[in-house]
Amino acid sequence: MAKALYIDYRKCTGCRLCELVCAVFHDGISNPARSRIKVMKWEAEGLYIPMSCQQCQDAPCMNVCPVKAIYKDLELERIAVDYDKCIGCRSCVAVCPFGAMNFNVHDRKVFKCDVCDGDPQCVRFCEEKAVDYVDPDEVSILKKRDAALRVSRAGKEASAMIAQL
Amino acid sequence: MPLDRKIAYIDLTTGDIQTKSIPLDVRRKFLGGRGLDAYLLYNHTNQGCDPIGPDNTLMVSGGLLCATCASATARTHVMAKSPLTGLLGSCNMGGFFAPEMAWAGFHHLVIKGKADHPVYIYIHNGKIEIRDARALWGLSVTEAQWAIRDLLSDQEVKSMVCGPAGENLVRFANVMTGIKNAGGRTGMGCVMGSKNLKAVAARGTMDIHIAHPKEALEYNKRFIDQIVSAKVNQTQGTLGTPFIWGATNSWGGIRCRNFQYNQCEYADDIEPERIDEIATETMGPYHMTGCFGCQVHCRAQYKIPDGPYAGRYDEGPEYTSQGAFGGETDTPRATTVLTGNHLVDQYGMDNLETGSLISWAMELYELGIITSKETDGLDLRWGNDEAVIEMIDRICHRKGWLGDTLANGGVAAAKTIGKDSFNYLIQVKGMSNLHSDERGTPALALNIATSSRGSDHLRSRPAIDLYHLPEPVMRKIYSSPVPYDGPLSSEHTEYIGKPWQVFWHENCYMAVDCLGICKYHTTFLGATLPNFEDWARVIYYNTGLQFTPQEIWEIAERCNNMERLFNLREGLTKDDPEKGDVLNHRYHDEPTRRGAPDVVGRVIERDKFLQMRAELYEHKGWDENGLPKPETLKRLGIDTEPSHLL
Repeated sequence: MAKALYIDYRKCTGCRLCELVCAVFHDGISNPARSRIKVMKWEAEGLYIPMSCQQCQDAPCMNVCPVKAIYKDLELERIAVDYDKCIGCRSCVAVCPFGAMNFNVHDRKVFKCDVCDGDPQCVRFCEEKAVDYVDPDEVSILKKRDAALRVSRAGKEASAMIAQL
Repeated sequence: MPLDRKIAYIDLTTGDIQTKSIPLDVRRKFLGGRGLDAYLLYNHTNQGCDPIGPDNTLMVSGGLLCATCASATARTHVMAKSPLTGLLGSCNMGGFFAPEMAWAGFHHLVIKGKADHPVYIYIHNGKIEIRDARALWGLSVTEAQWAIRDLLSDQEVKSMVCGPAGENLVRFANVMTGIKNAGGRTGMGCVMGSKNLKAVAARGTMDIHIAHPKEALEYNKRFIDQIVSAKVNQTQGTLGTPFIWGATNSWGGIRCRNFQYNQCEYADDIEPERIDEIATETMGPYHMTGCFGCQVHCRAQYKIPDGPYAGRYDEGPEYTSQGAFGGETDTPRATTVLTGNHLVDQYGMDNLETGSLISWAMELYELGIITSKETDGLDLRWGNDEAVIEMIDRICHRKGWLGDTLANGGVAAAKTIGKDSFNYLIQVKGMSNLHSDERGTPALALNIATSSRGSDHLRSRPAIDLYHLPEPVMRKIYSSPVPYDGPLSSEHTEYIGKPWQVFWHENCYMAVDCLGICKYHTTFLGATLPNFEDWARVIYYNTGLQFTPQEIWEIAERCNNMERLFNLREGLTKDDPEKGDVLNHRYHDEPTRRGAPDVVGRVIERDKFLQMRAELYEHKGWDENGLPKPETLKRLGIDTEPSHLL
């Protein structure tokens, strides 16, 4: 099975290099408005969350498309747009629950993450690996390890506090 | 193309706005950013203009590579005549403002005049408007930025603002963007305040075509690999710049009690590891954050752990805040440093200048030159944390006699205070020193004495001089891109060869500032990091412009000479204690009292210092008085300035 993007927003430093390299890789142009990935920020709290396509199993964009221009590419486990069929109605933009389907006002086309055909540039350039490319079944294992460690640490801290009483 | 980004001339008095293209031959001469700003400053201000009058001109810019696919092109540069020094005013900050301005269509703004009520400038996809900012006047740095987003109903707007310090015409007020990205030194926020200009806001979605996108992308990756593999940047990315303070303090290169000591004792509470602990406790394990496109991520996020401002969120502190509110005032407590840092961030006031002036006032208080009468009862003794925090507030709001006096800057304050207060003021050209003590490092002393904007570590500091690099390595670095076969010494206490190093770094840092990239991405703290050769390629891949490394060097020389011409026009003479290329007498007369064996007991020897300075002038093609020789100006093509090309 193909890999999937895994975003751990806690690791994001908010630099937005992913946006830059995404736009340059796909369009040869620096412009975050052309990026498939976008870091949403709440600067006053120091909160940065990269948002990109989840490549849904039951993808609303695919379901809503009136001309069936959006299809599932099983080889790369991605939802893709067939631009020969796309009529630019933007129903997919309206329906995506993550805001991950975009509309490019310069070329007047919808666009979304295509995992750079298997070598996602956002992952390649992110030194922190806030955006990573992993086996989809590994994501929950990674999260389990992380959570287990937190539970264990919390337990130790609690025992230490009790011991001090 | 980055080259089609425009320049706008904005007259706040009349409301007139003109936009122009930047001609290619001007780009080839000055690139952009600080270099082109220096040209514009010389051409658009009249000799002797009042820095806080409508005639002063404020330049705001991004570098040539701003928002391209080069790495870390986040820097915003701002220039004007300085209300602090009366000479060159210049500052540079990271964050996200300049790239946003570039996506909105502009690389350079030239702002003249004075609005009759508070305004802000809004730049949006090729259009510029002057808007009412009466509702924003009085707001803090972050309050103002969030309020602008709400006014424009757009959370993606990036703004550079002046805070209350700028409004109150504190002579060392900053321009600020984001939480703590500060255009510090020389009072560019004060110039904004004097023009009734609260903010410049930008929002852009315009394309910047990359000349050779594939190569630019791959070169960026190569750059990043090189940059993050440098140990110094890995440490920056973990502990931020506080690690520098920690290292220099343990060695003996930090000012303590103004200039009485060169090391701060009992400083465990503000050591980098302690600051990191607080950041981890308050913001979690992933608390480092970065500027646009940068993988160094050198600043921490934190909340103030306790005290009257407990729970307030901020970023940093930079090592400058450790120095300003910990070391110099001998208040090495984390809460004081983090609170002081937060206050200057919110007020938009230079942390270095603020801390330096407070510690100067503390020394004057100790000596009895000022008393509790001048301090309005505030006990300005060394180590008084509350007094330091109180003074920050008083300076910003010009409260009390001393607050108001210090807000005018050190040289003006010394005239008001009188007696021999000036002798204790640690400044060059009217700007206070960094928190560092350069008595053990002649190269660094020469750097601060001759820097174009006054005492400064970011214009020509040969910081790698402290690494004791093997001579062949030094030779390799310093004999490219132009040949040099004169003396070089790996010994940081030496005087020989240092002028060339200062000259080399001055050109290196000028080039960086013209390109709009960060100094952590060049030969500043890391000896292995990119410089001229790499820039020639990165400029070509991103813009299509072809330069040789030697040509970039020459551009840097040209821009440095433009800054010198401006300073000379505004009255710089080489030996003037207020405006010259000289150090405070204490550098020469008072030996260091603490630190490692290679630091303790050292002074900068006067005659050797003057010899270094003369040598540096010679390298620069200046005469013995520090004036650029006619043939130098001719060689650089700036012998007929002002030439009004733009």
